[in-house]
Amino acid sequence: MTRPTPETLAHSVRRARNAADAAGDADQTRAAATPAAPAVRPAPAQVSGAGSLVRSLEALDVDVVFGIPGGAILPAYDPLYDSTVRHILVRHEQGAGHAATGYAQATGRVGVCIATSGPGATNLVTPIADAYMDSVPLVAITGQVARPAIGTDAFQEADIQGITLPITKHNFLVQDASEIPRVLAEAFHLASTGRPGPVLVDIPKDVLQAPTTFAWPPTLDLPGYRPTLHPHGKQIREAARLMSGARRPVLYVGGGVLKAGATEGLRRLAELTGIPVVTTLMALGAFPDSHRQHLGMPGMHGTVAAVYGLQKADLIVALGARFDDRVTGKLDSFAPDATVVHADIDPAEIGKNRHADVPIVGDARHVIDELLAAVTAEQAAGRGIDLADWWAQLDDLRERYPLGYEEPADGTLSPQYVIKRLGEIAGSDAIYVAGVGQHQMWASQFISYEKPQTWLNSGGLGTMGYAVPAAMGAKVGKPDTVVWAIDGDGCFQMTNQELATCALEGIPVKIAVINNGNLGMVRQWQTLFYGERYSNTDLGTHKHRIPDFVKLAEALGCVGLRCETAEDVDRTIEAAMSINDAPVVIDFVVGKDAMVWPMVAAGTSNDEIMFARGVRPAFDEDDI
Amino acid sequence: MTMHTLSVLVENKPGVLARVSGLFSRRGFNIDSLAVGETENPDVSRITIVVNAESSPLEQVTKQLNKLVNVLKIVELDSSVSVARELLLVKVRADRSARAQVLETVNLFRARVVDVAADTLTIEATGTPDKLDALLRDLEPFGIKEMVQSGLVAIGRGSRAITAGPALRAA
Repeated sequence: MTRPTPETLAHSVRRARNAADAAGDADQTRAAATPAAPAVRPAPAQVSGAGSLVRSLEALDVDVVFGIPGGAILPAYDPLYDSTVRHILVRHEQGAGHAATGYAQATGRVGVCIATSGPGATNLVTPIADAYMDSVPLVAITGQVARPAIGTDAFQEADIQGITLPITKHNFLVQDASEIPRVLAEAFHLASTGRPGPVLVDIPKDVLQAPTTFAWPPTLDLPGYRPTLHPHGKQIREAARLMSGARRPVLYVGGGVLKAGATEGLRRLAELTGIPVVTTLMALGAFPDSHRQHLGMPGMHGTVAAVYGLQKADLIVALGARFDDRVTGKLDSFAPDATVVHADIDPAEIGKNRHADVPIVGDARHVIDELLAAVTAEQAAGRGIDLADWWAQLDDLRERYPLGYEEPADGTLSPQYVIKRLGEIAGSDAIYVAGVGQHQMWASQFISYEKPQTWLNSGGLGTMGYAVPAAMGAKVGKPDTVVWAIDGDGCFQMTNQELATCALEGIPVKIAVINNGNLGMVRQWQTLFYGERYSNTDLGTHKHRIPDFVKLAEALGCVGLRCETAEDVDRTIEAAMSINDAPVVIDFVVGKDAMVWPMVAAGTSNDEIMFARGVRPAFDEDDI
Repeated sequence: MTMHTLSVLVENKPGVLARVSGLFSRRGFNIDSLAVGETENPDVSRITIVVNAESSPLEQVTKQLNKLVNVLKIVELDSSVSVARELLLVKVRADRSARAQVLETVNLFRARVVDVAADTLTIEATGTPDKLDALLRDLEPFGIKEMVQSGLVAIGRGSRAITAGPALRAA
């Protein structure tokens, strides 16, 4: 893992540093010279609980943690000062959590965040819930008040274990310093295996201070945790049989395929069978957007071809997807004729929303590998499918209803154009991180994702403010990759303070603020469903230019650029691409009336998809 | 209404009951009765849960419970192959004029008197929920001052034990 050296720090920041900060530079140089992970197993040693915690993180090959110190977690920050683990001091604990998520989503490794008790811990609640909904391997370490004070409403006390019970895969309250190595090892194991998810480890201050022995490796004690990785052979054969006899099959690919690293197998399976593929918001990049068999994203703002494909399918093969309401629309009328093969590592997802005719529990990589073998056997036995009619229908829809947008009538800059050009200029090697709202949907639609782990967003929880800190974490995890956050002016104002962290820590992310002056997606709903009564959606970022995003960027130690016309778009993006020693923020001032299309209105059937305002695609029922 | 009895073996650790009960409330599952206690293995607790399977699909309940890291094993105990009991303590008005009749009811249901006061009797009864309902119905006319009922506990018939198994030995 490349560790940013002082050279990567922004020039302006370096100039601003005074002599008193020189010690900080020296620390960073020392840290950079130390191996990222211990080469040998550490010998048992007498340490404090805090020492044991930091030694455990080192033994777990953690290279970076995001956090903020405070009273209860303070003992841990002392051994951290000398550790090979890089600590990135964020400005708000929510930033630490999303940064750890961005790191995890970009690298596939466990992301780690640290906070103190009480408000430090509760500030992590949103990113933990976010990671839970999107199955992100995250370990959150929180300080807790000392054991004798627990339950007394002590200063900065919050029952974070209780609070995070419903939003973690599991959580721990450490009761004895001797448990620390085992609990940390269990937390990392739980977070990263099976269906990944966030795990919280709450450690009381007196436990961090207590003397203990650190020994590694510990023995995991998780008798109730046995994720099923290998699918049942009979179910696989049944799925392969259906896939070799269907007339209108679709592969419905979810985020589980990315998490399992099964994208290469997916491509082979798709090409072997010729079956059309749809990738959900969480799975963009799992199957190349440019691939002929890719119909696009299904769901509320999916392509007409993808929505129709699922809706009219006679066989849906769901791989690591969960039949989310944004995908199915009104559940009762979703894909009425489809036989469903549902493969997921989490048995509780199967049959939760939609009945599965063929349930398959297993890791997507094993499932896909075994499906490949089983389908190959079917084909060898002479059973194959002719999908020419199905493809003719789908191709016709793709041709008639491609993703597109109209230039704004008022001559303002089109947000879709900005995002499209950004994707074309930055290319498919860059990582794109979106906030939540219109800009997120346009980023999912108008950028071509060709590779896994190049699209990060808050899918399940829909957390505004995700983009800046998640981009920071992604850039720390993939320092040699260009990382673009595509954010809205509403989202950006929730977490932009982490740009100070980026500037000081040498994390040159690039932020495209798609500034339409409004909470755009909410405004779109007000336009469509609330009679154009724009209650509390105008943020004033156009009318009053408050805040001025260019000045704000500069104040945060970043380069600030502004672009207000189509002619300037390429030039501005290229200017940002040429700056690699500081974070860059571009304020793209765009029109406020652009809307996200197609759209399936919430609670309605996918059959009701609107291609544009007032335009229903003509599905020829006779075709089917 | 279809009631199902689930025996849930869990690690005997702090907070496990909160995880189980919290899961029921946030997933919108209805618990009809719940009882918790240690098993022959002090590291393992047994939670007996009665759920109304019409309001909450049993399969989802079981799958979600199984996802809890501290849950070791879940077995559905069918009433035809298991023994299920509840415990009832009830304080009934029984002055001199009614006492004989109350005692007759107690004997009829093979219940026991566990405490006597001037104008009340406290009765202990165990049995199936149906039997205890019937006892209460018969005691009602005398006047029930207070009652408390345990959750249902259940165990399979025959020599097999659900607590046997590799996962549980590890616990």
